[in-house]
Parts: sequence; structure tokens; C-alpha cells
Amino acid sequence: MAGAKNHDYHILPPDIWPLFGSFSAFVMAIGGIRAMHGMSFGMPMFLAGVALISLTFFAWWRNVIIEAHAGDHTPVVQLHLRYGMILFIASEVMFFVGWFWAWFDFSLFPQPLELVDGITTNYIGQEGAVALLQWPPKGIEVLDAFSLPLLNTMILLCSGTTVTWAHHSLIHGNRDGLITGLWLTILLGVLFTAIQAYEYSIAPFPFAGINYSSAFYMATGFHGFHVLVGTIFLMVCLARAYKGHFTPKQHFGFEAAAWYWHFVDVVWLFLFIVVYVWGGWGAPVH
Amino acid sequence: MTTIAADGHLDDHAHDADHKPAFFQRWFMSTNHKDIGTLYLIFAIVAGIIGGAISGLMRLELAEPGIQYLQAWASMHQGSAASMDQAYHLWNVLITAHGLIMVFFMVMPAMIGGFGNWFVPLMIGAPDMAFPRMNNISFWLLVPAFLLLLGSTFVPGGTGLGAGTGWTVYAPLSTSGSIGPAMDMAILSLHLAGASSILGAINFITTIFNMRAPGMTLHKMPLFVWSVLVTAFLLLLALPVLAAAITMLLTDRNFGTTFFDAAGGGDPVLYQHLFWFFGHPEVYIMILPGFGMVSQIVSTFARKPVFGYLGMAYAMVAIGVVGFVVWAHHMFTTGMSVNVKMYFTAATMVIAVPTGIKIFSWIATMWGGSMTFKTPMVWALGFIFMFTVGGVTGVVLANGGVDDNLHDTYYVVAHFHYVLSLGAVFSIFAGFYYWFPKMSGRHYSELLGQLHFWIFFIGVNILFFPQHFLGQQGMPRRYADYPEQFAYWNQISSLGYAVMLVGVVIFFVNIGWSLVAGRKAEGNYWGEGATTLEWTLSSPPPFHQFETLPQIK
Repeated sequence: MAGAKNHDYHILPPDIWPLFGSFSAFVMAIGGIRAMHGMSFGMPMFLAGVALISLTFFAWWRNVIIEAHAGDHTPVVQLHLRYGMILFIASEVMFFVGWFWAWFDFSLFPQPLELVDGITTNYIGQEGAVALLQWPPKGIEVLDAFSLPLLNTMILLCSGTTVTWAHHSLIHGNRDGLITGLWLTILLGVLFTAIQAYEYSIAPFPFAGINYSSAFYMATGFHGFHVLVGTIFLMVCLARAYKGHFTPKQHFGFEAAAWYWHFVDVVWLFLFIVVYVWGGWGAPVH
Repeated sequence: MTTIAADGHLDDHAHDADHKPAFFQRWFMSTNHKDIGTLYLIFAIVAGIIGGAISGLMRLELAEPGIQYLQAWASMHQGSAASMDQAYHLWNVLITAHGLIMVFFMVMPAMIGGFGNWFVPLMIGAPDMAFPRMNNISFWLLVPAFLLLLGSTFVPGGTGLGAGTGWTVYAPLSTSGSIGPAMDMAILSLHLAGASSILGAINFITTIFNMRAPGMTLHKMPLFVWSVLVTAFLLLLALPVLAAAITMLLTDRNFGTTFFDAAGGGDPVLYQHLFWFFGHPEVYIMILPGFGMVSQIVSTFARKPVFGYLGMAYAMVAIGVVGFVVWAHHMFTTGMSVNVKMYFTAATMVIAVPTGIKIFSWIATMWGGSMTFKTPMVWALGFIFMFTVGGVTGVVLANGGVDDNLHDTYYVVAHFHYVLSLGAVFSIFAGFYYWFPKMSGRHYSELLGQLHFWIFFIGVNILFFPQHFLGQQGMPRRYADYPEQFAYWNQISSLGYAVMLVGVVIFFVNIGWSLVAGRKAEGNYWGEGATTLEWTLSSPPPFHQFETLPQIK
């Protein structure tokens, strides 16, 4: 490659994973569509696509780590990575804006709905419709915000402090503290996901057929997916911590995971306030 | 604008830096911004041919009242006798494909992927993009996205084959109205294209903020780079909202959610809000890089720095910011209250201020300049003229009350083709002629370039100007048939397409000829007016440029 390179930027050799990753996304998309329409090989193809994408992520970031250890991540390249991560999180924020928008649309401009035995009826234009203009819709029993959701709020806030504990330990060269902090954060993350899954399993409203459920499950569900991704990110950091990859001076992989975790945490706080507390106010509690 | 005094020994390090990888590695595994830019441009040309051919089919059918070809085409397309409904569905598929292809697979890849990739690093004096690998997946994600969209036209959609919802993919036509897998393919195509653009946006912002050559402050940065920076922010913040909206479509269609299904309390207008919160910034995404290119070109051929450089830069920032709070002017007829209409009317008109700053500053740049009217300059002038026409019809449409009458008529079609087909596309051709010798190392034929311009310019004006009249007469858009009273201007409009097509053929002849037999291009073939950093390099530049970073005074 560039023999006469006289700057600190990272000039990369050709790489197969971008092409491979796009091909994997194609497999996943076609498989997903076939699965959703009950066509043959749909689910296997979708899962194969997911596996290939996971392989792409693994191989791609493995290369990034190898390059970091080879000294390619000069200060300016590390700054690139920081910008990249912040901008990625900014785009993620806007993704959640879309889901909150749906929630606010439904809750601020309610429809005269009634949910009976899992069947929703919209009484718009009919007698008695005005009396049904409420949020949550009539027939929805909400989850008690100050039960499991509050516990989950505490768990995520707590995990925010443990990841900061890990960070401070790392900065002070204390690998044991880093590992303990990471373990606790991951365990809290797993606990959160488990409680969320349990809560879904006992939720008194169905997934399909009513706007409350659509906005509730998709907003909290996408958040849950992000918790999962964040937990895996932290697990990778834990493995790398055991291997001694991080130094007090250079540990952007860890910082990115921590930023991402805080982002997931903040989204939850908005979900807790807007969806669970404010959005369920006045409704019968399950 | 900056005047660059780069290091003296500019071309002599090309030896070391010009070692290129083997064919497959170079073009399928690329991490080189110029090669990826070239891939984007080739992709955009292919998509443009397909999208342009589709509009040819439409103008052919619309040349006369009544249905001439559509039913035969639909029968051919599905391999069995098509009903009239299926024929009309094919019409919807054509307008959908034309819109989506031109927006996502022609204009955006050409402007941002093509010219952005090629010239942002060159203009800021950087050796490459900040994330060269991610740059490549931004390109390659477009290929499966395009395949999904093209493939969707061959599988069941609603009434017939393909997704027929218009590029806006409004629910409930896109949910309960199109139950076949074609719609899901179109939706996932947008997901992949969106992911591609978000990754590209992250790359451009990081590159522009962190990789400017020593001494190049933001306020010395060429206006094309400014335009890509603003565009990238719009992409980054607008596309995820589209992703959420079309994910809602997907779950409404396949998993029983009721985001847009009124029976379950859903709100079809919510989809329109989410879509246009993305869609309005999207139309600025398609024009801002054009603004940037036109600024470079006008300055070059007037041999003067751009008039009011800072005003030009911050006008683009203002357009970008205000562009996020005007979206509901696309929805004036959804039944919103008068107060909301007043707000969106007023906010939309505010955009005319920074846009006016740009138009007048281009004119002031030319004022007293030493002008030459080479091919890129005539395209840029055509852009300024025609974009202004599209801009003033935009001010007309911005009025909520007026829009009640003109909404979904050909007046709107004429308006957005003046800003896109005669705005964005003119700026793409301007940029293409401006930089083609820089990219390829070969000159094109000036005669054919001028011929292309004049024929294309006359053609598209014959094509689109009468559509204003059709709209004012009340002809609705997205219809395959129309009453006799609209026949006259429709026939003239279709004639315009044929004229434009001749121009396009000349373009391809010119490109083919210059690649084979074009005169070799020197480093700065535009002379003293061309002051940005790409002109300090050879044509084409070495595989890796600026291995010693240039110093900007």
C-alpha cells in the first residue's frame, strides 16, 4: 500500500466484508418476505441471513480490533470513531422519535375505541362515541407503572452507575474493577431483559388489533432489542477486558459501549415517563 | 472562498501512490473513495436509464386521451390477459418505480455517493474518507435495495404485479390495499437504501469535520463541501424517521398492528406526518449538493470567488434547519385546521429567503466576472433559471388556500420536476461535465456537450412547462387516462419527452466517444477560475492523493 504515507489517517486495504454484508442483508430481506407470506424456505433463509450478518459484524469488528492493536488507530482515527458513534446514536434517537410520535398521536388525539375480549371496535361517528374519547382506550388494563417498570427503571439506572464504575476503574488501570463493573452491568442488563420478557408474557392486552398495543409493544420492543444489542456490546467488552485489550489511554471500544448503554438508558426513561406513567394514567391497572 | 496555495511538488508523489489493486479487489472490495464514487456514478446512470425509460412509457401512454398501450403492456407484463384494473395497477407501479428510482437510486447516488465521494476528500485535501470500508457498504447496500425494488415489479402486489402506491407509500393503500409480497419488497428496499444513506451520512460528517487539510477552517471550505455537510445532517436525522414509519407499515401488513388502520384506532394521517417529516428534508437532500456544485461552477467560469461566501454557506444551513419544520405543507388537504395551515404556509415561505440569497449571490458572482460559457457553465445557468421557476411555483403551492385547489394536480408535478428534473438533474449534468475530465482523465466533446444542453433544455421545458397549464385546468396527477380537454398540452408534453431523449442520446455518445478517443486532460483544465484543491492534482488524480497534506493559507 501507500509507501509514502505522510499523515495519520487510516488508509485501508481492499476488504470483502462490505460486499458480503450487503449480500447477507439481501438474503435476510428475501427470507423475511418469504417467511411473512408463508412461502417455502422463508424462515430458514431469514435465519441464514441473520447468521451471515452476524458473521459480517464479527469479522468486520474483529478486523477493527486487530488494526487497533497494530497501531492504526492514531489519535485522529480515534476521533473519527468517536464522531461516528455519536452520529450513529443521533440517528438512533431519531428512529425512536418515530415511535414516540405514534404514541403521542394516539394518546393526544384518542379514538372512540372499545376493546372487548381481544376485539377492538371503533365507534367513530356513532352514538356514545364522545364518551369513549379516552386514553388508554376503554377495555385496556395497563401494567402498573410503579411495579415492574419502576423496578426496571431502577435496574437500568443502577447499570448506568456500574458501567461508570467500570470506566473509572479502567482509567485508573484497575482491571479487576473494570471486569467487576462490566459483569454487574451485563447482569443488570440481562435482568432487565428477563423482567421485560416476563412482563410481556403477563401483559393484559394483546399484541394485535389496537393502537395502544401497537405503539406500546413496538416502542418498548425496539428498546428491548437495543438493550439486547447493548448487552452483547458490553459482553464483547468484557471478553476484551479479560484479554487485556484496554489501556487507560486507549479503550474506545469500551467507551462506545458505555455511550450506547447510556443512550438505551435514556430512551427507557422517556418510555417509562411517557408510555408507562403518563400514557397509562387513569386506566384500570392489571 | 479560499485561494489555495498548495505544496509545490504535487504530482510527483503519484508514483508511489498510484499502485492499484487487481480488478475484483479494486471494484468489489474497494476502500478507495474515488473508485467507490465511480461505482456510485455508474449505478446512478444505470438507474437513471431505467427510471427515465419508465417515464418514457408514461409519456407514450399519456400522449393521447384514452388507453392506448397500458392494457397490452399489463398483459405482456403478467403473461396473461390483463383486466382494466390490472392495467391501471400497472400505471401505479410505473409511477411508483419512476419516483423511487429517480429519488433513491439516481439523484442521491449521483450527487452524494458519486460527486460527494469523489470530491469531498479532494476539496478538503484529505487522502480518503474517514471510514473507507463503511463507504463501500454504503454503496453495496444500494445494489440489493435496487434489486428488491426491481424484483418487486414481478411478484404480486395488490390488484396486479408490483407495488403501486406512489413513492410516498401511503397507508392504507400500502397496507390493506396491497397485500402481496411486492409491497414488502419495496419497503425493505427502502430500509436498505436508508441504511446505506445513514452510514454514508456518518462518513461524510466525520470526514468533513475531522479531515480538512491544515489551515482549512470551516469558513474556508468550498461550498460544495458545505452543501454535502448540510445534506449529510439531513440524511442522518430524517431517514431514521422514515425507517420507523415503513417499519410500522411492515408490522401493520404482517403482524396485526394497527398504526394506520382506523378500525384499531390507527391513524393513516400519522403515516403522512412521519413520511413527510422525512420527505421534506429529502427534497432538500436532492437539491443542496446541486447548490454546492453550481456555486463551484459559477465561480470557476466567472473567474471570481463566490459572492457572499459565508451567506451562501449559512443559507444552506438555514434551508436545512427550516426544512425540518415545514413538512405538513405536503398535507394541506388532509383536513388540518386553519391555524396549522397558516403556520406551515408561513414557515414554508420563509425558505424562499435563504433560497433567494443563493440565487442572487450566484447572479452577483457572475456580475462583472470574466465569463466563459463552457458546457458546465451553461448547465449551471440552466439550473439557476429553471430552479427559480420551480422555486416560485413552490411559493405558489406553499399557500394552504391555493394548494386546496392545486394539490395532486399536474401543477404539483410541473413544480417538482422543475426543481428536480430541471434543477437537480441539471446540476448533476453540470457537475458531470465540470469534473468528467478530472475523473476520467479525458476531455469530452465541447460541441456535443453544448448540443446536449440545448436539446435537453428545450426538451424538458416543452415536457414540463405545459404541465402547469394542465394542473391549473384541474388534471389530477397519477392518472393513466384523461378527458379530451387535456389532450392538447399532454401531446405537447409527450413531444417534449422525445426531444429530451435526443439530448440524452447525445450525452451517451459524448461519454462513449470521450472515453475512447477524448483528448487527455491536464491537471487544471479550467484555468485560473478553478481554485479548489482537486485542480492541484493530475487528471485523474493518483490512486491515493495528498499523502503529504496540503497547507491552506
